Amino acid sequence: MSKLRYALYTGCTARESTPELLKSTLAIAKKLDIELVLLDEASCCGASHLQDFDPFLSLVLNARNICYAEKRELDMVTICNTCQLNTAMTKHKLDNDPELKAKVNEKLEEVGLVYLGTSNVRHFLYALIEDYGLDNLRDRVVKPLSHLNIAPFYGCHNIRPSELHHHFNRTKENPYNPTSLDELIEALEGNSVDYEHKNKCCGFHVDLQAPKTSNILTGNAIVDALDNNADVMVTPCPLCHLNLDVKQKAATKAVNRELPNPMPILHLPQLIGLALGCTPEELGLQHHVTEVPA
Amino acid sequence: MKLTLKVFRFNAETDYLPHYDTIEMEVDPKEVVLDLLNRIKWEHDGSFTYRRSCRHGICGSCAIKVNGRSTLACKERVVDMVETFGTELILEPVSKKRAVKDMVVDKADFWKKYDAVKPWLVAEIDEHPQMENIIPPSEAEKLEDADYCIQCGCCYYACPVVEVNEDYLGPAAFEKAYRFTADVRDHAKKERLEIVDQLGQGVWDCVKCYECAEACPKHIDPIGKITKLHNQIFEEGVAKSNVATRHAVGFKHSIKKHGILDEGELVLYSEGFGVFKHIPEALEMFKKGKIVMPWNMPKSKNLDEIKKLVDIASTVKF
Repeated sequence: MSKLRYALYTGCTARESTPELLKSTLAIAKKLDIELVLLDEASCCGASHLQDFDPFLSLVLNARNICYAEKRELDMVTICNTCQLNTAMTKHKLDNDPELKAKVNEKLEEVGLVYLGTSNVRHFLYALIEDYGLDNLRDRVVKPLSHLNIAPFYGCHNIRPSELHHHFNRTKENPYNPTSLDELIEALEGNSVDYEHKNKCCGFHVDLQAPKTSNILTGNAIVDALDNNADVMVTPCPLCHLNLDVKQKAATKAVNRELPNPMPILHLPQLIGLALGCTPEELGLQHHVTEVPA
Repeated sequence: MKLTLKVFRFNAETDYLPHYDTIEMEVDPKEVVLDLLNRIKWEHDGSFTYRRSCRHGICGSCAIKVNGRSTLACKERVVDMVETFGTELILEPVSKKRAVKDMVVDKADFWKKYDAVKPWLVAEIDEHPQMENIIPPSEAEKLEDADYCIQCGCCYYACPVVEVNEDYLGPAAFEKAYRFTADVRDHAKKERLEIVDQLGQGVWDCVKCYECAEACPKHIDPIGKITKLHNQIFEEGVAKSNVATRHAVGFKHSIKKHGILDEGELVLYSEGFGVFKHIPEALEMFKKGKIVMPWNMPKSKNLDEIKKLVDIASTVKF
């Protein structure tokens, strides 16, 4: 297999409130000999909120981000479900609407850029599965996770809207019964936990204006994972992670449950990193608000 | 193909709790879920109760949940359900807590919220018009497919916010509101936008999970209409300054300043004085190295490009 190379769109969270996500992503890429070129020019994707205010501006900004992957002749990978949604949605709109693409390019030309549509945009999870392959990953496992019951929490924007997901990924994830994370957990020799809330919403996007809604949705997910004997939850989305990890106490309180032990929440690359033999420091486990036991 | 059906049974008049009947059934892959409901009634238990009428995916009566998925029973092929969920199918009403008898639910909440957006055209109609009231195709296109809603409730009962916030109007009502706010003949655009702009009941409480888009059997994309309502709220000057609107607008300011988002500044900008309630959480995050101080705030490379694009590509003011 020739060396895999991608343009990494980190998103904002991985550079601020979840530094452990960027750290662990780079750590496993090194272990797996995957080259990730950081898109330092990229701006925020708008997180679906700028889209509510100024949809055209958000298209222009996201198109600009993709331009920098295109300039490097690389496909883009994302490590945040919401970045994935907004970037992929922009690409989908521009690639299917020449008039809109021309309007966006008219603005981009003013800063010397042009959006072509030549780079694919996928979440790193699916790039790993589709390009690197779970069999190859399995071969690299040095510390099997067989002692852990791991509850996958998929996060909305990787699996819904399914039409968008299917357009950009060869993995045709079913939003009502997603399997990619479960298969990845099995490849790391962990035990994947089946539970109702694995494909449900954590409520992050209303954290500020409707904290009660957000806390209940997050609390329901954590409690469901716990009731199905999960030792740990794993998510490919840093926004889900913020809710599940940072807000865990408020969330479980909102659903009137006191946990016997806090539920550790891992980012996807942290879980992979543990199986590949990375150290807790390399994976940034010290940055979690809900402690991750050694 | 042999299926195991687990069927929700409940009679609000006689039962304290629901139970599930397990039925083994030989099924032709060409059958739809409604065929299964019919056969349960005809071949197993005549008291089994469900709504159905047109069998053409247009009356919206037969919405149920199969393994938690909202669906129109008459439109959903059994073979597709088996492909997704395997050969054990769980048949339940769209809302278990609103069940009256078996698959039949009391949709009073749905209709109350649907009515709240005034789902009719508000216009001064000339009773004796001299000529036709012609709408150009460019205007008619703005409605998109919003007119195709059959009020089945699939999206509404799939929405997680509806589950936890009883004031929330939900995707079907929003979709219908958009059907009229996008209609050039309608005179109540602002009034409707004010209804859906209210915190607690309106579009700002949408969690953006896209469950409604997946659930809609007519592929209307309710969340797409919710986004358009957000846009109209700003375009029409209806938006009030509150934590939700400032949160949306704050992204633009932060992007212009740093390229990437300044998370702390965004919370401050959105909350105003309300930011104090986040202090305990912020302290915990700070201890774990999760808060970037203003003087260390990273900036995107080629930030001047971003600033220029924000200036020349902005289309909305607030």
